[in-house]
Amino acid sequence: MTAFFQNLGLPFEGAWLLSTIVGILLIALPVMLAVAMIIYADRKIWAAMALRRGPNVVGPFGLLQSFADGLKVFLQETIIPSAANRTLFLIAPIITFTVALMAWAVVPFQVGVVLANINVGLLYILAISSLGVYGVVLAGWASNSKYPFYSAIRASAQMISYEVSIGFILVCVVLWAGSFNLTTIVESQKGYYGFLNGNGFNPLLFPMAIMFLISAMAETARPPFDLTEAESELVAGYQTEYSSMAFALYWLGEYANVILMCALNAILFWGGYLPPIDWAPLYYVPGILWLFAKILFFFFVFSWVKATVPRYRYDQLMRLGWKIFLPTSLLFVFLVSGFLMFTRYGGAQ
Amino acid sequence: MIHVLAFYLFATLVVCSGALTILSRNPVHSVLWLILAFFNAAGLMVLLGAEFIAMLLVIVYVGAVAVLFLFVVMMLDIDFAELRAGFVDYLPFGMLIALVLLAEIVLGIGLWSAGPIELAQRAAPVNPELSNIQAIGGLLYTRYIFLFEAAGIVLLVAMIGAIVLTHRSRGGVKGQNIAKQNRRRPQDAVRNINQPVGQGVEL
Repeated sequence: MTAFFQNLGLPFEGAWLLSTIVGILLIALPVMLAVAMIIYADRKIWAAMALRRGPNVVGPFGLLQSFADGLKVFLQETIIPSAANRTLFLIAPIITFTVALMAWAVVPFQVGVVLANINVGLLYILAISSLGVYGVVLAGWASNSKYPFYSAIRASAQMISYEVSIGFILVCVVLWAGSFNLTTIVESQKGYYGFLNGNGFNPLLFPMAIMFLISAMAETARPPFDLTEAESELVAGYQTEYSSMAFALYWLGEYANVILMCALNAILFWGGYLPPIDWAPLYYVPGILWLFAKILFFFFVFSWVKATVPRYRYDQLMRLGWKIFLPTSLLFVFLVSGFLMFTRYGGAQ
Repeated sequence: MIHVLAFYLFATLVVCSGALTILSRNPVHSVLWLILAFFNAAGLMVLLGAEFIAMLLVIVYVGAVAVLFLFVVMMLDIDFAELRAGFVDYLPFGMLIALVLLAEIVLGIGLWSAGPIELAQRAAPVNPELSNIQAIGGLLYTRYIFLFEAAGIVLLVAMIGAIVLTHRSRGGVKGQNIAKQNRRRPQDAVRNINQPVGQGVEL
């Protein structure tokens, strides 16, 4: 795209800046639209599993429900508690929302269609997702209220715990692909057994795919791991004191994070923009559609779990993270690197 | 042009947030300024072409260390008057550390501006074609493997030490026995009885 702006007579740096900004808008605006639609889809799936109808009044089949909700919160009054730390109280939701959008910069939508094709792409995603915890912690502290504070402490412990095992799971994938670049990781998943695309078909990486899916739910605080906003214990968790747009930013950020985690699942384990079967006619379908189909599938799994699994207890959550996922993922780092040492890199000389 | 602008932006922010870290009165604000300083330092490293170090800085310091800092500071009930009282006592010591740091920086910059020493290049030459991660990994796991492993062992010992120092068996703590909970079946826990009206339930 830089070349296009350069042809319009701009110097290189100006063209680069302009094309980056256009790229950001081309990613961020569809993500926002996707978030609005995915909230609707979430409610519909949830309703269907509970034998209800779900939103069906605003627009055809209730499709405009999210926009109506958005308009409603936009018109509400922003209430700031008098004992709150004003600046931090307002910065916290902005951090959550911004961070949720930032990680999309390195997601490859197709061969070469990526905003920043950096060779530390996966580390960038880890770095950005580790920032997400600040939005929640600051909200809890700045609200100057009991339940948000409990929730903030729970959230930070939960996110740090699961980031550890996610880190080891990612190491397995990186070892297999031999690169941190997301496009290279996707390309490396071509042709398992000659006809399948996706690390998930690899018996050494399939358990990691399952663990990543579960860790992703814990990392985004989706049910059954939504202990940060367990309404029976903490009212509404860290967002108890929030209203209006500040609340909406949390809402949007949370779902943007969920979609990102679904995209990561697809990219790391199920071949990203590659078709699931390595068969020439399937490559005529644009890669971005395959990616979207996989994201939607994983989102369905997320909603399905939300609708059917009861909430974990906090000690169970910590036990799962530290005593089960951490040793298992460490074992698989060991297995994968051992396997690669003896096969791809020519054994221990 | 953009590089220069970005450098001055990051550098100014690092210096300002570093100063505000020690100047702000609220310790939570201090930690937040420190986080901003870390983040902008990572930006400076990206400009230097050390993107691996930059990402590690964000993951390790911003993502883990600073969260724990914030955690501790948020929950501590700090008496500011007492902190201020200790200021004069610690002043000579602080001045000493500041002087040592200043001397080191002057020495470092002086040596560097006297001419490229390229000690590292001579000791462990790196192929400039390689990416950051490959270059660091290639050195760390071949030439410096024993030092690297030794650092790992030091960290392990420190971790075990911290656990030994803080872990004590307390009486009266009720833990969950997960295996026992998982073994429990509905028929052990639930009983259906046909209770006659007007009589109490026998438990």
